[in-house]
Amino acid sequence: MTTKEINFKVHHVARVEGHGNIIVNAKDGKIEECKWEVPESPRFFESMLRGLSYSDVNFIAPRICGICAVAHANASIAATEAAFGVKLSEQSILLRNTLFDAETFASHILHTYFLIAPDFLGVGSVIPLATTHTDVVLRALRLKKFGNDWADILCGRKTHPISQVAGGFVKFPTIEQLKWIKNKLEGEVLKDLELSVDLFKTLTFPTFTRETEYIALTKPDEYAFIGGMIGSTDCKPIPINDYLSVTNEFCVPQSTAKWTKHLRESFQVGALARYNINHDKLHPMAKKIAGVFGLKAPCYNPYFISVAQLVESVHVVENSLIILDKLLTRGIKPEKPEVKVKAGRGVGAVEAPRGILFHDYTFDDNGKCIAANIIIPTNENHNSIQHDFEKLLPEILDKPQDEIKLAMEMLVRAYDPCISCSTHMLEVKFV
Amino acid sequence: MKPRVAFFDFTGCEGCQLEVLNFNLEIVDLIGAVDIVEFREASSDHSDDYDIAFIEGSQTTQRDVERVQKIREKAKILVALGACSCTGGVNALKNRFPMEENLRVVYGDSAKFYSTLPTKPTSAYVKVDVHIHGCPPNRNEVISLVKCLLTGKKFEQCHNPVCVECKLAENICAFERAEFCLGPITRGGCNAICVTAGRKCWGCRALVDEPNVNSEKEILKKYGLTMDDMMMQFKLFNGALEVSK
Repeated sequence: MTTKEINFKVHHVARVEGHGNIIVNAKDGKIEECKWEVPESPRFFESMLRGLSYSDVNFIAPRICGICAVAHANASIAATEAAFGVKLSEQSILLRNTLFDAETFASHILHTYFLIAPDFLGVGSVIPLATTHTDVVLRALRLKKFGNDWADILCGRKTHPISQVAGGFVKFPTIEQLKWIKNKLEGEVLKDLELSVDLFKTLTFPTFTRETEYIALTKPDEYAFIGGMIGSTDCKPIPINDYLSVTNEFCVPQSTAKWTKHLRESFQVGALARYNINHDKLHPMAKKIAGVFGLKAPCYNPYFISVAQLVESVHVVENSLIILDKLLTRGIKPEKPEVKVKAGRGVGAVEAPRGILFHDYTFDDNGKCIAANIIIPTNENHNSIQHDFEKLLPEILDKPQDEIKLAMEMLVRAYDPCISCSTHMLEVKFV
Repeated sequence: MKPRVAFFDFTGCEGCQLEVLNFNLEIVDLIGAVDIVEFREASSDHSDDYDIAFIEGSQTTQRDVERVQKIREKAKILVALGACSCTGGVNALKNRFPMEENLRVVYGDSAKFYSTLPTKPTSAYVKVDVHIHGCPPNRNEVISLVKCLLTGKKFEQCHNPVCVECKLAENICAFERAEFCLGPITRGGCNAICVTAGRKCWGCRALVDEPNVNSEKEILKKYGLTMDDMMMQFKLFNGALEVSK
């Protein structure tokens, strides 16, 4: 039996976007405290959006998150379009979908390369990798920069998007720009992704599992990112408008963020949830890569979220190649967004890189927002992180404190993507 | 010795750091000339020893206010990075309501667990040496700031309104597209990116020095708008303006 004392607090876990603390206290093999704390300063968006016109709401709401602003813009716009009964043209849907692919791609690259890889390669950040793995860091930067350029072409600026509005777009890419994206995707990007698979194949992921409920948007004929139904591993799909029956938010004193639960003690959202629910709708190359990693649905290992992200990175590239072919064949026509304002409520749901995201607005006759509810994926995962902690800690309690700490930090990081690791570019330059 | 630079995030979306440093090759070269000693988002290394502190986000809790005051004591140069830090940004939209109401709307019955202060810019609590405006800031402006910091030159903000840059970009005036544009009174330096991308100026870079009030009144009159309408629009990104300088 162990007679040691494990006692630590990780204040503001590094290499995650936002602020979270891990608190662990165990004595003689008995766990006294094991807690995931979220002390983020709240911003009150749901209160702030009240009284604003719908177009201002759509412009301001993406400022919830600097990393997945395109996802927030799309949830916000989708909610507005649902409230006003707007139907999008085929061209708008194609442009919107490839813009969304671009953000998913950029975010996944950032997470897998800059936040996750250093843990597996035994370093504290990507900085030392610039010397030991220069080609890897350069590749990561190349992929990330391309993801940004891809989104910039479609919406004016990835953080924060400008050209997409309720009803469509107000500025359109040229045929030359679309061809440029296509050539990049087919050439350099696919080659770099192949090398990425080779790299991540060499990493050993922790074997921890916890069976739980997974929730993600689902559609009958595509791997869903925007709209559809709310899919669950535990029940039949649920209409988006009934999202409150899924999220069941509740407050806990250890967190300024609200927590959620559905049919079990907690549920997980994000790339692994999407994979577990929609894996049969992945494009062929993405499916093949899932096979390379031995990823099989249902996968209950949260450390595999990163693998699912890599699989999705390939999927969105394949997906956008199809979209771009369609756009290039039909050409781009400048279309004026048509929106007729009316009083009503609308819910928009999208799969942000971290998971399912809901925006729910009520507007008056003049299109002014009178009520807003927003549920973000990171909040949906807090409860899942806490329950993972409670299962993981007893399993590793006999390990040295540093190892326990790292395993728990890595678990948090597996859930939470983002981050600008841009500081490290300089290291690349001066190795 | 290279200047030691630290980044600190307060209440905001953390998009400023992303947008500013986002894989822009020119800034890579420039940042290579400094030591980044604190950047929690990217690295677990911490340091209390720095010359230049970038403050991202606005001030909304007592805990943050104390933290920014400590940073001010240590930093030789303190830079407010982005709209939230410079003017309170969109976070100040909550100042239109009593704080108890904001808490109730978001947390309902659990509001008692939490507290919040009215949103204020960094300058409401500590002396700010340089303001880098915008939501998000313009990369080129940050590049010129870093150049100035390295060479000891004084950093000059852009002194013309967005309108000037918009005309250079040969955009059709947003007012002519029936948009309520704040370009005539907003500080430039963004190359009028929002108008160029098909929209209007939202005023995220705050008021230009000595705005041409008479000309603005004429524009408003021409399009049947009032000063009150303008202030409503302007407050979207500048709701805490009365306390920012």
